[in-house]
Amino acid sequence: MAEIVLDKVSKRYPDGALAVSDVDITIADGEFIILVGPSGCGKSTTLNMIAGLEDITGGELRIDGQRVNERAPKDRDIAMVFQSYALYPHMSVRENMAFPLRLAHVDKETINRKVEEAARILDLGQHLDRKPGNLSGGQRQRVAMGRAIVRDPKAFLMDEPLSNLDAKLRVQMRTSVAKLQRKLGTTTVYVTHDQTEAMTLGDRVVVMRGGLVQQIGSPQALYEQPVNLFVAGFIGSPSMNFLPATLADGQLRTPLGAVPLTDRIRRLAEAAKAPREVIVGLRPEHFEDAALLDEAELGAGATFTATVEVMESMGSDKFAYFLVEGETATSAELDELAAESGSAEMTDGGAQIVTRLSAASSIKEGDEAEVWFDPDKLHLFDPSDGRTLTHSD
Amino acid sequence: MAVLGGTERAAKVRWSLINIVVLVYALVPVLWIVSLSFKTKETLTDKNFIPREWTLQNYADIFTTNQFLRALLNSVGIAVIATLIAVVLGTMAAYAIARLDFPGKRLLVGVSLLIAMFPQVSLVTPLFEMERSLGLFDTWPGLILPYITFALPLAIYTLSAFFREIPWELEKAAKMDGATPAQAFRRVIAPLAAPGVFTTAILVFIFCWNDFLFAISLTSTTSSRTVPAALSFFQGSSQFEDPTGTVSAAAVVITVPIILFVLFFQRRIVAGLTSGAVKG
Repeated sequence: MAEIVLDKVSKRYPDGALAVSDVDITIADGEFIILVGPSGCGKSTTLNMIAGLEDITGGELRIDGQRVNERAPKDRDIAMVFQSYALYPHMSVRENMAFPLRLAHVDKETINRKVEEAARILDLGQHLDRKPGNLSGGQRQRVAMGRAIVRDPKAFLMDEPLSNLDAKLRVQMRTSVAKLQRKLGTTTVYVTHDQTEAMTLGDRVVVMRGGLVQQIGSPQALYEQPVNLFVAGFIGSPSMNFLPATLADGQLRTPLGAVPLTDRIRRLAEAAKAPREVIVGLRPEHFEDAALLDEAELGAGATFTATVEVMESMGSDKFAYFLVEGETATSAELDELAAESGSAEMTDGGAQIVTRLSAASSIKEGDEAEVWFDPDKLHLFDPSDGRTLTHSD
Repeated sequence: MAVLGGTERAAKVRWSLINIVVLVYALVPVLWIVSLSFKTKETLTDKNFIPREWTLQNYADIFTTNQFLRALLNSVGIAVIATLIAVVLGTMAAYAIARLDFPGKRLLVGVSLLIAMFPQVSLVTPLFEMERSLGLFDTWPGLILPYITFALPLAIYTLSAFFREIPWELEKAAKMDGATPAQAFRRVIAPLAAPGVFTTAILVFIFCWNDFLFAISLTSTTSSRTVPAALSFFQGSSQFEDPTGTVSAAAVVITVPIILFVLFFQRRIVAGLTSGAVKG
């Protein structure tokens, strides 16, 4: 158990490339913290620096108040679970889990007891004498976890531990990882590129981009109060809709029509010295099929009419995709997000809007539908630097 | 389907025929030597593939002469020592080449390749002169040293290919589990590289065992002459006696250790030993 402090930690490679820049994170004892971001954002490098597998070129890393920059991985008392599991193929499951204990010269009896205990927790009891080659992906993943927990280390580091599992198993393992961490109460740093994993697992989430920390906060805080376009677009699935807009006369002119500004939004935008041209962000769930709402509710929001391009029914709710004529929002951050998700250049001749409608909606594909949305839930961003204009503390 | 089956069978037959031709081509000379070694002196030149009169006299003869036993001892000793040293040095060099980035790495690999390609014949005379002035001529080290030199490039090449196949993450995992770099190598990397090490050992051993050029040039007495060289000094008891039978018997005898060596180590070359280490 330990508190881990990253104090302006940086990583510059010998060729001059800056992989991680001035990362400041204080990870509390027992906390489950997630580093999330697109590939190449520096999250794995940060994890490797905490592990001691990569040198820290700037700043200080403290574990329990002690500077550990120069310590070898084995002297940091940290366990790590690798994306590939990295099990020793020539050792049985039992030997794999016992390996760290044997290196620490723990006596045989204690080793046996701890391995049996870990095997019981992870439900690996009947596989102890098998080799990793004869195990399924999920079992291998559990062995990797077991090797980490037998030692009672100060902290766990996990580098995309679930990304090699199939979708169903991944969801299942996600729950067990969360349960295990709560039970053991060990400080955990978890790296993933999957925002769903980040949202569901972490006490706090650190969103990284290009070696820089974008925002640190609880999953809900990141979702409700993203500090910039990148975080807004990265967190949430389906992701936030972005449209170009103009602020004028207490109104917001958007491709969806003029939207009245609520008092709250106006106050925040004024405080943030919003420019005339902005990007407006709307989460899919803040839309609703206008036909399902009564007059009072309709009056409290804004509506627009558009043709449904694609309708996906999830059973619990429906995702309706609309194509809105006009300009699309552009910014460096949005381009990067689009490149990451592979959706670049998918829409031409307008912006695509994803809406999450009630399952009761009778809108069908190809229909011209009237859709309502809540103008108080919208986010405004400055297109020049991506910062939010509607951030409230 | 029937047509397809027919062409498949035809292909099988064709391949079997080709295989048989190759096998016969390779094995006939070997079997001929075996046959010669069992023939009596009188029937040696009777042109029969299967001896009409079987005898073990040739084998008895070579084992009664001190010359052959001594050569056998030299061969085994020199080949085993050279293999051991070459494999240990090769393992370390290959590990460094596969894992580390250090200045001059490409140069090192290039130079070792150069050594492997260098015509050995052109080195015999300088080596002969050097060894004579150093007092290494006609000694075990006098053969072990050049064998190591020429076996190392082979060892480094084979081994670095094996090391590259071992997932890098295993070593990181070992480090995280509390191993020192030496422990990580000994307990994780070395066991996984074992098939590669055995393969390399076989190749190096065969190279040393079969060498004739250095053996004949850098030795002059039975104190360090290896079997391939000693065979060429075999002679009959008189000028008119043909040593073919004894030479054949000796050739058969020195082939046996190679076959045993390969069979013994082949069982350790377990394919896919690293399976299960990473995802999969």
